[in-house]
Amino acid sequence: MDLIADHISHRFGGLDVLDRVSFTVASGEVVAIVGPSGCGKSTLLSILGGLLRPSEGRAELRGAPPAGSLNPLTFVFQDFALLPWCTVEANVEFPLVHTALDAATRRAVVDDALRRTGLSDFRGAYPKQLSGGMRQRVGIARALAVRPAILLMDEPLSALDSQTRELLMEDFIRLLADGAMGAVYVTHNLEEAVRLADRIVVLSRRPGRVREIVEIPMTRAERGAIDARGKLLALQNDLWSLIREEAIDAEREVQHA
Amino acid sequence: MLERAPQDDRATEARPVAFRGAGFVPGGGRASGWIALLLVIALWQLAGSAGWVNPLFLPAPSAIAVAIYKLAMSGALWQHISASVVRIGLGWLLGTVAGVIIGFAIGLSTLARGVGITFISALFPIPKIALLPLLILWLGIGEEPKIATIALGVFFSTAISVYSGVDAVPRNLIRMAQSFNVPFHAIVWRVIWPGALPSILAGFRITASVALLLVVSAEMIGAQFGIGAFVLQAGNLMQTDQLLAGVVILSLFGLAVGKAINVLEARLLHWR
Repeated sequence: MDLIADHISHRFGGLDVLDRVSFTVASGEVVAIVGPSGCGKSTLLSILGGLLRPSEGRAELRGAPPAGSLNPLTFVFQDFALLPWCTVEANVEFPLVHTALDAATRRAVVDDALRRTGLSDFRGAYPKQLSGGMRQRVGIARALAVRPAILLMDEPLSALDSQTRELLMEDFIRLLADGAMGAVYVTHNLEEAVRLADRIVVLSRRPGRVREIVEIPMTRAERGAIDARGKLLALQNDLWSLIREEAIDAEREVQHA
Repeated sequence: MLERAPQDDRATEARPVAFRGAGFVPGGGRASGWIALLLVIALWQLAGSAGWVNPLFLPAPSAIAVAIYKLAMSGALWQHISASVVRIGLGWLLGTVAGVIIGFAIGLSTLARGVGITFISALFPIPKIALLPLLILWLGIGEEPKIATIALGVFFSTAISVYSGVDAVPRNLIRMAQSFNVPFHAIVWRVIWPGALPSILAGFRITASVALLLVVSAEMIGAQFGIGAFVLQAGNLMQTDQLLAGVVILSLFGLAVGKAINVLEARLLHWR
């Protein structure tokens, strides 16, 4: 199943945030969206996921979702968005309760999602008892439970410390390895974008326009090799040179706002 | 030749960094509270026994205890308490149910918010006891106007605490539920209700006090039985020991309700 951003524009009141943004996320593909602060990355993700109606243009799906997918477009949130009154298990089960799945199937799905994210031993814990990294794992397990076609990830690692970020990045790479699931990955972090994405959509400063779409010329498996690090770093530097001037302008704009 | 300044010992000797982080961390202090209460009661008793205060104006705690005992033995205590409890119970329940429904409507619907907040802003400041004569006119002399007065007082506070609680539910949780296509009624039941519960229970604490205040006021205006009627009657007859017995019972009633809400909070909000 493909996800298509078709000339999406958006404004909040008199403020233009996005300007005719178009790109396609092919089935199983990981597309990162990067750009200066305030360029509308998160707004674009909300529009792609159907949580926000665009002022112009539209988000479209092409093709059938994978068999058994309960929620083809599934968000992983920056702030985890866990229900604090529910245990880990209940949080993961939350999106399944109102589906047609019977209790035994739901339990099996939850067990599988907890196992894949290493949370089986924490099923009875409450979010307040977990570290940031573990909370985000719960968010990922909840997303996996509905068997998404495309994960919509809004800076999923930005609230975490660097070690936890690294561990979760490894988890993302593992989960996306078989190409069964695609992702749109919004991030400020160019290193994350270069390590995870097949293509990187670079947005201009506000109103966000597609400035460039950069292909990463190696598979994710190849990127783990030591000799690939130099190439990845060069790519990262290229991306930074694309964004740098506008990032400075955007920061000054924020300071003067 | 320049003389070298004598070497300062502080430059070479290691010394502990002074601790500056004390205070500003209030603890539980439950024992100190009980001790202070007992001390006040003991002092009060001493003042009564020693004849420092006129028992007509301030009877000793022992005299109040005797008055409560006599009231309990005669059966009058239960008659008054049960009359008040029934009024509070019915009034609180009616006001709470209506307040929760209207509060949720205001929290969830733009139209209900526009209409509801206007009416609540206009009617909330009115002392509800001032409406009792009107309610007697509408509902007749009996239990109904007293219960309605309590219900009105409870309703407004409950509605405000409920819609404030609904407003306080983090929007990201609602967006998360919507992103999983969770139906509206399930979002209300499984996200908004538990999210608003801390504010709703805090509202219960306030409305329990409001109900107590209004039942006493209403009973003082027009009732034969009830703690308010009993206190008024005792005051008219200068039976200050009985008057204060009524006040003590009201205080104990308030404490019991507060305790019940504590238990409810511990059970329902254990996740906080």
